Amino acid sequence: MHPRDTLQAPSPIRERRSLFRWQPDQQWEAYLFLLPSFLGLLVFVVLAVVLSLGISFQDWGLAGPKGWVGLANYRAVWRDPVFWQTFRNTAFYIVTIVPAQLALGLAMAVALNQAGRGTVVYRLIYFMPVVTTIVAGAIVFRLLFSTNGPVNSLIADVAALFGATVKLPNWLGSSTYSKWAVVMLTLWKNTGFTMVVYLAALQAVPQELYDAASSDGANAWQRFRHVTVPMISATTFFLFVLQTIGAFQLFTEPFVLTNGGPANSSMSVVQYIYQNAFRFTRMDKASAIAWFLFLFIFAFTLVQNRLQRRWVYYETE
Amino acid sequence: MLETPRQRSRLGMSRPAQVALHAALIAGSAIMVAPFVVMLVVSLVPTEAFMARRFQLAEMSLDNYLQVFKAVPFGRYYLNSILVAVSVTTGQVLISSLAAFAFARLRFKGRETLFLLYLATLMIPFPVTLIPNFLIINRLGWYNTYPALVVPGLFSAFSTFLLRQYYRTIPAELDEAARMDGASSLRIWWQIIVPLSGPVLATLAIFVFQNTWNEFLWPLVVTTSEEMRTIPVGLSYFVGQYSTAWGLLMAGSVIAVLPILAIYVVAQKWFVQGIALSGLGGR
Repeated sequence: MHPRDTLQAPSPIRERRSLFRWQPDQQWEAYLFLLPSFLGLLVFVVLAVVLSLGISFQDWGLAGPKGWVGLANYRAVWRDPVFWQTFRNTAFYIVTIVPAQLALGLAMAVALNQAGRGTVVYRLIYFMPVVTTIVAGAIVFRLLFSTNGPVNSLIADVAALFGATVKLPNWLGSSTYSKWAVVMLTLWKNTGFTMVVYLAALQAVPQELYDAASSDGANAWQRFRHVTVPMISATTFFLFVLQTIGAFQLFTEPFVLTNGGPANSSMSVVQYIYQNAFRFTRMDKASAIAWFLFLFIFAFTLVQNRLQRRWVYYETE
Repeated sequence: MLETPRQRSRLGMSRPAQVALHAALIAGSAIMVAPFVVMLVVSLVPTEAFMARRFQLAEMSLDNYLQVFKAVPFGRYYLNSILVAVSVTTGQVLISSLAAFAFARLRFKGRETLFLLYLATLMIPFPVTLIPNFLIINRLGWYNTYPALVVPGLFSAFSTFLLRQYYRTIPAELDEAARMDGASSLRIWWQIIVPLSGPVLATLAIFVFQNTWNEFLWPLVVTTSEEMRTIPVGLSYFVGQYSTAWGLLMAGSVIAVLPILAIYVVAQKWFVQGIALSGLGGR
């Protein structure tokens, strides 16, 4: 018999019983199976975390470690206005990108789920930016948002259509607009991701629920609001957390598109870590910033886990 | 996993509503595709003509591409990207699969504790380990070498977790029957578990490949010489050199994205499943 045939009839009882059978010979084998993975994670994650903490409590510049300094690096970061500026920029990215990405992704997924014919083609197109090297995307956006580039000519055209003239922004050279260019690039790049995850969630909502709602006289909006939204709340939560953590760590988009400028107006926290570590060779300060970032992400995750009970619906509960 | 999209419209929409829906979807597609179109057009026609929106098809030429290939060793970047992405993908899937097999199928002391430790490492954001890993790579003498680009990518708690979740769904009878017949754990892993996990392994492989191929920060940090750059890193230095030579920049971008887009169009299903897989891991 082919092993696949037995897949049809898994026996949970049998599996549970076998779990408790003691087989000492398996011990050493198990450790051997784990060894490569374990050693790698031990060095590149566990050791790295310990080192990172160590560096953050030392004077560690170009010449390497020069002694312990207690919390001095953390204090320096806390008093550094540029750090707080990059933190505010990152917060701006989070509050603009994450809700827009979720809303657009959901709208696209709902539309796609209704589309019937052509769904595969639309999905192919919407997902294209996700697989694209972000550096290439950022290069095109540099052209799109240049002073006399396509975005500005489009704005001028639309304004002219209404007989108005607008002062066209110098997107990448203005400390007001540079962040918005980064937001647009990130949305273009990532919305296809949220769309695909939402599409899978939508397809898992049982049709009976919609039928029942319809027979109770619910209209399309009511069905969306009271069937779709609660049924996919677990996905919304997952995407919200994942995308927020991702936005906390935004790097390549501002790095290539604006290089964090002008005057640090679009620089993200991770970019500032990079700058401190690899431009100024201040490993100590860069590590302290990284730990601040960790604390922010950790606090966010904790709060979210508390709050999710209020609005996330799990079918298994 | 994703099903094929439902054929019939759920709400039984009227014709005008359907037309409006498709109009919106096509408008959305236009926005998503526009940057690619701009990339391609600007790489082919003179930039001034494009900016003035007066370009003609007759003006098209491949000059930018020829110049890019003369100015930048894109061939080398390609080679590096392929080498790194293939090694990381193969290595990470194999190493994670072995560890996942131990977690899912073997009994040993400390299994649950160790597994929790694996899960805990998922909470460490990349920026925290960036600097110490850079120092570790330097200490090992790997700065600006292939091991620096490959080795840290071989180990993934996430992939291990993902495969372990799947391996647990494979019936234990298969292992036990094989053990009765005297098969070793290694044989059970290779001849039973791996063959039964084909689609999951393929999906994970595509997922890892795509992430490694597009990775930017790590290869930027651990390489310095031109011949060690991967495509994204090479492209970013290219921007530094030719900041507004749009024709050249776009030709370079087209060269950079074409292969991954081609693979994507052919293997769309696997890419999309990879996303569904990453969603699964977050639950």
